[in-house]
Amino acid sequence: MIEASKITYEGDGPIVNEFCITTCTVNGSGSATANNILYRTLFHMGIPTSGKNIFPSNIKGLPTWFVIRSSEKGYTGRQLHDDIVVAMNQVTFEKDMEYLANGGVVFYADHLKMPETPREDLIYYPMPIKNLMKTADAPRKLQAFMENMLFVGIVGQVLRIPIEALNSTIYSHFSSKPTIAESNFQMVKAGFDYASENLEKKDRFFVKRLPPLTDYILTDGNNAGGLGSLFGGVEFCSWYPITPATSLVEAMIDQVDQLRLDPITGKKTCVILQVEDELAAMGAAVGAGWGGLRSMTATSGPGLSLMTENIGLAYFTETPVVIWDVQRVGPSTGLPTRTAQGDLSMIYSLGHGDTSHIILIPGTVTECFEFGWRSLNLAERFQTPIFVLSDLDLGMNQWITKKFVYPDQPIDRGRIIWEDELEQFKDWGRYKDIEGDGIPYRTVMGNQSPKAAYFTRGTGHDDYGRYNEDPENWAKMLLRIEKKLRGAIPLLPEPIFRRSKEEDVEIGIIGMGSTDDALRETQDVLAEKGISSDYMRVRALPTDSAVREFIASHSRNYVLELNWDGQLCEILKLEVSEYSQKLISISDVGGMPMTAEWAVERIINQERKEGKRGN
Amino acid sequence: METEARTVELNRCGLTLGDYKGAPSTLCPGCGHNAIAAQVQNAVWELGLPPERFVKISGIGCSSKSPNYFLNRSFGFNGLHGRMPTLATGACFADASIHILGFSGDGDTASIGMGHFKHVIRRNVPMTYIIENNGVYGLTKGQFSATTDQGLVLKHQGVNMLPPLDMCMEALISGATFVARAYSGDAKQLKELIKAAISQRGIAIIDVISPCVTFNNKDDALQSYTWGRDNEAPLHDFKHISNKDEIDMANFEPGTYREIKMEDGTYMLLRKIDRDYDPTDRNAALDLLTESYKNKYFATGLIYFSEATATIQELYDLPNEPLNRIGNDRLRPTQNMLVEINRSLY
Repeated sequence: MIEASKITYEGDGPIVNEFCITTCTVNGSGSATANNILYRTLFHMGIPTSGKNIFPSNIKGLPTWFVIRSSEKGYTGRQLHDDIVVAMNQVTFEKDMEYLANGGVVFYADHLKMPETPREDLIYYPMPIKNLMKTADAPRKLQAFMENMLFVGIVGQVLRIPIEALNSTIYSHFSSKPTIAESNFQMVKAGFDYASENLEKKDRFFVKRLPPLTDYILTDGNNAGGLGSLFGGVEFCSWYPITPATSLVEAMIDQVDQLRLDPITGKKTCVILQVEDELAAMGAAVGAGWGGLRSMTATSGPGLSLMTENIGLAYFTETPVVIWDVQRVGPSTGLPTRTAQGDLSMIYSLGHGDTSHIILIPGTVTECFEFGWRSLNLAERFQTPIFVLSDLDLGMNQWITKKFVYPDQPIDRGRIIWEDELEQFKDWGRYKDIEGDGIPYRTVMGNQSPKAAYFTRGTGHDDYGRYNEDPENWAKMLLRIEKKLRGAIPLLPEPIFRRSKEEDVEIGIIGMGSTDDALRETQDVLAEKGISSDYMRVRALPTDSAVREFIASHSRNYVLELNWDGQLCEILKLEVSEYSQKLISISDVGGMPMTAEWAVERIINQERKEGKRGN
Repeated sequence: METEARTVELNRCGLTLGDYKGAPSTLCPGCGHNAIAAQVQNAVWELGLPPERFVKISGIGCSSKSPNYFLNRSFGFNGLHGRMPTLATGACFADASIHILGFSGDGDTASIGMGHFKHVIRRNVPMTYIIENNGVYGLTKGQFSATTDQGLVLKHQGVNMLPPLDMCMEALISGATFVARAYSGDAKQLKELIKAAISQRGIAIIDVISPCVTFNNKDDALQSYTWGRDNEAPLHDFKHISNKDEIDMANFEPGTYREIKMEDGTYMLLRKIDRDYDPTDRNAALDLLTESYKNKYFATGLIYFSEATATIQELYDLPNEPLNRIGNDRLRPTQNMLVEINRSLY
């Protein structure tokens, strides 16, 4: 628990377009649409905005929160404290207010019972939800949904969002159902009118329209990953439902019929199949990859545990397949609806014996789209499982992100050879290193040449796929696979650098994945405090020379991540071992997205320990 | 004599039996699985289909090694213990014109892979699923399996306390439309059943009792050669023919047999032996299996058959040509589609 009440706002003028609103509701009460209308309106008004759903592993009745952060400066990561709370849930009412900064704002449903000693530094706006509902003409079934639309109107009015802006978002949200749009808008308007007639503005928060964010979209990483896979030409996806990966495949199911009809025959070119468990999901994905289809699955930590044996098989039989891991908190069921970056170490060498995988780590939603198609190319090019490591925060929350960019590389099927090409080889073998780069040529089922078939096995095999237990052959096979995967490194997404304005700074900040927003903000806040740093976001493992150079060129590299053990830091210490002394782990996991406030404090504390700077 | 003649005899697609051979078997001499391997080779040759039109997929165990010993010119995948049906599920979409032959054992299917067995039937993945059932774990040297008879004594295991599972019953109640039991000592019937299974449009299950000469071949053991020889009770004289011209060759007198036409235009001929048994009657099949289980009645042959329900491939509206040969330009949505997506997400 932070002491939010000690946080104060500078000056006494208006605070424009920089705030965090948390709506506190009961899950299953239908607040999602209301939240959506609110954050999308802010986005449409040109203000960078994110929306994070903090939800329990439950369908109805438990507390749930939705956090909207708007920031003209572009910081849309989570922040530790709230500026505005919309209180709709009695159970959490008192606690919810503890997160507000000094001078924060409370919109509360006036049927909620106030705490005995409410904080005096806060500004309160009552919302007569029940009364307004009585006068409104809402269908009984939709009562709960409509209650939530009321708060959109009230909060919107107090923040000085124009009613037209709310109207236009509502109509675009319900574009195919104008009647529903209208009844929702009427509720928003009822709240809006109530506020303009009855509430006197006492707080300092204002929304002001900015130039439109025409290069951006607002969506979640799972939608992006699913779409990216469809644009990557995925032909087969077998899966088993698991939070928080489910919505990635559901995004594919939702769009496959529009996007993936064969232009010639009008038939489908992509199969999405839910199977009995993750053992089967991975087995079927391997079977399809082996059969020459662009194949994938999506899961989270517990699912990966079940997939492990098949992933080892794919690695050793050199079968292309893409595996999305949308991470949640483990071990065990852990915190199944909360975010973490704790699967990195497990994945990197997933499988028994010696396995070493390629991992892509998107840090923005638009990168989820990009890595969706790139991963399929890499899997087929290098005939190996490719992991895409996302997490719940990136996958399921709403982010402002650059528009998706059409793939700038063609679909790469790698070294699949058919009948005619096979004829050109004098002495083809499935695992023979003909080109000297470790990547063999591959035939697939259906090839009608009598020379095409081979027997695929997870046991020791020679260049021709024949059973072989010879130690020298075994070593040769592993060496070739190692060589093959080394060759992939130059084609992996390179790290992204955000340099300080100053030269030769001592501090490096290193992160990965969904913490990007928080770490960019961290870097800027540190700079305001006179601490210069360069920031590097790792986007793939194994690391390349750019990662090494970055670490080498900074005296202290803080590796910030959302897990207990500092897994990225440990991996970097091994891969860049000569500079391991320069790597300092700052890690924590509690299920919540990283905040700049936490990161800044931890870095400053560590700097004090290092004796380099006071504060 | 017959085998010798075939080395030069050509089948419908101009291939000799030798074109369907595999690597030399490394299973124990006398293993029932070797007999199955030979009959798969014979059956596919007799059907006159090129080996390139088949793939062999298996799990782990002695049974799952066996696909290496036939159809060298077919792709094979010796995968993970119990997971054969999952590989087949993915592979079946790559090229719907290729027939999948799945090989598994009683450890592979009845224990570790039981869930997949039930679900691959439920999905109706078009394939021939052969269980090489010897009632014992061979490759790990003699442990009880889930099909071991209750009361069987094994050297390092003691007495098997648990009742066996009946894989034909499991297949039937899971919705399989082709269920057969065979005995690897009855090569002729086995071969005919394999041919018929391959002709079935959806999944076809054959539970082959296949003695393990090393770990489970005591005379009174239900999966032993002695028991099989003395107790096998074929339900019919069973024959699979590609066209009616072959009826004469089968030596079946008119009026003595029942003919069942399959969806691929081939026929199954069933000539009564002792009892009147109708394999198209699902209740009769359930009764038969219940009786077999209770009385240790070793009935073999076609236990249940009906027209196949829609296969998993058919439930997806896929192009007729193999999906794994579709050109890249047909797999990527257009630029305009992405423009529209970006617009909808604004």
